[in-house]
Amino acid sequence: MIPAAFDYVRAGSVDEAVALISEHGEDAKFLAGGMSLLPLMKLRLATPTVLVDVGRVRDLSYVGDAGDHLAIGALTRHRDLETSDLLARECDVLRAVAAQVGDNQVRHRGTIGGSVAHGDPASDLPAALLALDASFTVRGPNGEREIAAHDFFRGFLETALEPDELLTEIRVHKTGSNGYAYEKFNRRAQDWAIVGALAAKVNGETHVALVNMGPTPLRAQAVEIALRQGATAEVAAREADVGTEPTADLNASPEYRRHLAQVLVRRALEAS
Amino acid sequence: MQVNGSAQDHDVEARTLLVYYLREACGLTGTKIGCDTSSCGACTVLVDGESVKSCTMLAAQADGAQITTIEGLANGDEWHPVQQAFHENHGLQCGYCTAGMVLASVSLLDEIPNPTEQDVRLGLEGNLCRCTGYHNIVKSVLAAAEKMQGAGS
Repeated sequence: MIPAAFDYVRAGSVDEAVALISEHGEDAKFLAGGMSLLPLMKLRLATPTVLVDVGRVRDLSYVGDAGDHLAIGALTRHRDLETSDLLARECDVLRAVAAQVGDNQVRHRGTIGGSVAHGDPASDLPAALLALDASFTVRGPNGEREIAAHDFFRGFLETALEPDELLTEIRVHKTGSNGYAYEKFNRRAQDWAIVGALAAKVNGETHVALVNMGPTPLRAQAVEIALRQGATAEVAAREADVGTEPTADLNASPEYRRHLAQVLVRRALEAS
Repeated sequence: MQVNGSAQDHDVEARTLLVYYLREACGLTGTKIGCDTSSCGACTVLVDGESVKSCTMLAAQADGAQITTIEGLANGDEWHPVQQAFHENHGLQCGYCTAGMVLASVSLLDEIPNPTEQDVRLGLEGNLCRCTGYHNIVKSVLAAAEKMQGAGS
């Protein structure tokens, strides 16, 4: 399978990337690791006319301590998250989730920013960042703005990013080295989650996020409310599918996904 | 880019995937195309020493990189310890997945020099063997690890 023809340009800096994408218009797309975009292009589900390769903008690859939060460059690869000592100490949940993305080969190329900007509800990191109340710094022709994770994921593969904006940094709270569990349910190794559930303690409260239970990553708000009101994990988890819109595919029916959400949320709560 | 230590320089279409570049422009057909959807790992090569699925990377993205394919792994007539271990432990049946398996294993052992069986099974989750020869593949990788550890100490 070969992608439809396109022009390839390479950006050496964030400024150059934003200038190039503005110059080439709405049919241009940023290319980071390419782990989501290239498969779509090979299937011709995406046919950008220009790719602006930002893969060599090295100064967007970092995990940094910014005092009350961690700052992660958008082009930090999953592999670099997986092996970051700072992340293991200060936000191990994100390290552990990054370690479950795809397989080794995917983690050698794929980036956290690419995964977020792609906005796939079946991906691991967008849901984790939603649970962590992360915020995203984006740069466009009119400067920089910050978008909260809960405002970012708008619809299926649809985010609050404008076509000419580049995600540059992800900021997460320091949550420490424990207090979380991620239950990823799939049929084969390396697959996307049929359903995933993440429970994590953030600033003293338990946050719960769901993977692949609707067009966007979701917070299990009913579960969080039940927990705040003192419900046990078992009771709270029964609310896991409230407000979700799971779809049917070859792997699972909506009913089965609802069942999985309840079971996986209970397991995640009990293990976190 | 450097492929197996020699410089390669071709003008190709922007959409040329690395696997097609290696096979068609460089003539290195040891790298196999399997699923072509980044699932099976048959096309795994090393890019700057790390395993990558070459069907899901543009040749243009690899511009300037050091690529190692199965053809470049041996040292002259002497096989790489992972190749030797696959040979000795019957780590292949039909052989189609083998180039990718071997390169994924080399990358894995670089990251985890002394892996457990579980590390190997998880580390090779991105490589499928349709002969289902996994048992001997895992055995081969563990044997290679032991040999490489011994050689390094």
